[in-house]
Amino acid sequence: MSLLTKTMSLAAAAAMAVTLMSSASFAEDGTGQQLYPLFTYRTGPYAPSFIPFGAGNIDYLRYINEVEGGVDGVKILVQECETAYTIERGIECYERYKNGYNGALTAAIYPHSSGLDVALTDKARIDKIPIVSPGGGQNIATDGRVFPYQYPLVFDYWSEAQIIVDYIAQQAGGYDKLKGLKIATLYHDSGYGRDTIEPLGILSKKYGFEDIQIPVPHPGEQQQTQWQQIRRANADWVFLRGWGVMTPVAIKTAARVGFPADRIIGDIWSGSEDDARPAGAAANGYLAVSVFPPGTNYGILKTLKAEILDKGKSDLKDNSKFGTVYYNYGVIEAITFVEALRTGHKKFGNRPLTAAEGQWALEHLDIDQKRIAELGAEGLISPLKTSIDNHKGETIAAKIIQWNGQSWDTRTDWIKADASLFADVIKAKAAAYAKEKGIEPRVATN
Amino acid sequence: MTTLQESAPTKPLRQPAFGVGTLAIVAGLIAAFAVPAIADDYWLSSIIIPTVIMGLAGIGLNLLMGYTGLVSIGSAAFMSIGAFSTYNLLLRAPFLPLPVVLIIAGLIAAIAGVIFGLPSLRIKGFYLGASTLGAQFLFEWLFTNFSWFSNDSQSLTISAPRLQILDYDLQSATGRYYLVIATTVLLIALAFAIVKSRVGREWMAIRDMDVAASVIGIRVARRKLLSFGISSFFLGIAGALWAFGYLGTADAHAFNLDKSFQILFIVIIGGVATIFGNFLGAAFIVLTPILLDRLSLIIDLSFLGDQGALANLQHIIFGTIIIVLLIKEPDGLSSLGRRGVEALRSRARSSN
Repeated sequence: MSLLTKTMSLAAAAAMAVTLMSSASFAEDGTGQQLYPLFTYRTGPYAPSFIPFGAGNIDYLRYINEVEGGVDGVKILVQECETAYTIERGIECYERYKNGYNGALTAAIYPHSSGLDVALTDKARIDKIPIVSPGGGQNIATDGRVFPYQYPLVFDYWSEAQIIVDYIAQQAGGYDKLKGLKIATLYHDSGYGRDTIEPLGILSKKYGFEDIQIPVPHPGEQQQTQWQQIRRANADWVFLRGWGVMTPVAIKTAARVGFPADRIIGDIWSGSEDDARPAGAAANGYLAVSVFPPGTNYGILKTLKAEILDKGKSDLKDNSKFGTVYYNYGVIEAITFVEALRTGHKKFGNRPLTAAEGQWALEHLDIDQKRIAELGAEGLISPLKTSIDNHKGETIAAKIIQWNGQSWDTRTDWIKADASLFADVIKAKAAAYAKEKGIEPRVATN
Repeated sequence: MTTLQESAPTKPLRQPAFGVGTLAIVAGLIAAFAVPAIADDYWLSSIIIPTVIMGLAGIGLNLLMGYTGLVSIGSAAFMSIGAFSTYNLLLRAPFLPLPVVLIIAGLIAAIAGVIFGLPSLRIKGFYLGASTLGAQFLFEWLFTNFSWFSNDSQSLTISAPRLQILDYDLQSATGRYYLVIATTVLLIALAFAIVKSRVGREWMAIRDMDVAASVIGIRVARRKLLSFGISSFFLGIAGALWAFGYLGTADAHAFNLDKSFQILFIVIIGGVATIFGNFLGAAFIVLTPILLDRLSLIIDLSFLGDQGALANLQHIIFGTIIIVLLIKEPDGLSSLGRRGVEALRSRARSSN
């Protein structure tokens, strides 16, 4: 290839690149449809958890589109965008779909990454696009007056700390029995892991248990010293706030030092099949907090099996993932999206919603017990009610599940966290954030 | 190390014809400042801004690697120092205007650069590279383990308290673009001034043979440390822009080893010992994955049957392009461009 042709072809490639990026004329027309930009990470280190999670999302939306004929007749256009779980790629996806796609409107964006959720905070405030992170949002964003566009729906780690303590109290026979107990928290040494230090400190003062905090540096392949420390301290319970490989290593090391698995309670990100199974027999009896309960014995899961999975329409390649923690997480997340749309349709009419209408809808979600029954999601989700003041949901609840060597058994019903306990601390943190950033909190009008 | 020296083209110090050169610079500046008029938010926020900032970081490493011949794989660490310094200065010294903050942050990164450059006085090549790796891990650890640096934020992330110059708010895509482009233009001018100065020539002498350089009276140790300092100054400012001009918020992991390698690839793909080549390299690194993703939207690849396979295929294609490019064009994109322009010129001349 001569130099000139080489340069010319480079220039041609650049020109083609520009045309490619600026036009999407080949794609299908999305007018009259609601866009659901699906942020994927099918590549990269976290792909194994995304694959069932994404499939849960896609299968539920496929069911809504093909069996129910859309949400109140409005079809959902799923458009995938690969982030590889990096913030840079995620920002590109956000910019690509924030204003809709080929006529389909964007009502909300689910970034599927806590880091991306944080990174989009300022951008979303300017663009006025709701950012929804069920189970993985920023706890201070619960205060919707300071964070009008963030929705950390369903769960937070402070409530999780409460739920753990409540469960231990149940087992011990009452809150008064907590006095003198030793609860060790083994946490992934990161912002995520450290998030429970403060609430457990408050709870330990309140109930009189001894609070032991032990960090594990990322990624956590070596935990001999930490577990020996737990053993020496004679801890009664271990709250395992793991991430990735740290969880199975913790369970195995616990067995090696002789700490019983049924006294270890995993965090929601330490409670999937892929966290317990690699630890082998050591994981028998291991407990975990679950906001996304696994299992196939729910009405909606049975429907999905009949209408989607058995008809070969599922996004799953490996059908054994059906009903796992991450698959059900995907279904639950898709339900929050669809229910938000329905809420919006009641006010604005049965048509695709804009971001502003999506924001209103997300602030007025009310999935009560009756609605949960209609959805066939009894036992799968707990009631979710949001408001301008509370973008997370008024009642945060989780179950405790136990690994039986093959799958998870549900040990408890929903344990509800007492929302009043930390509400003021969180509000104060949000107020401090508002002050640092110079934000004037909204006044709740309705 | 020898391979690097051989592949680094020693550019003749051509003096551009005054008229044409100035005209080109003015045209370029006007074009750079007119960009927001034609580019929308998507282009600005997710294509142009990251490309420009990564190009700037590439210049930072290129001053060290291309001009002085010292290898570093800790570039992202110096970016993180710039980002965290900017954040803390804006937060704790709110009376300082943004440009001053950026310069101080750059200087703090420069000091760190000089300290981590000390091993370069004794060791060379990939051994030096390994010692800069120390900076990479130290600062990632420092910023995740001492929450003071992120003002005790729960998630250990930093976000700019305010981004304004003289009450002009720079939060919008256009505002951030102007912040980035103005800083970059000034730093490009600085980079040119440095490499064309005595310092730049002494760097190149050290790169080509440090013993010979010391024989002719160049103070090798001082020049090497200066190179580390200036390189880190550029990287520090690039880091601050990356965190606040592009990402919006950042934590220490935004500046991990991957980022350091990306910058290294930008230098290698764009062209060692060039200034503008870094932007070609950055465009390549930033845009190719997005482009491949876009391409897969248009071309029907459903025969692959699986979105996951498709996403992985993109990585394979990206890797292949890099390999082919480096085999065909070991001096990087900038040399391809330069020779292309010359070929066009000679053709025009011969047809006359």
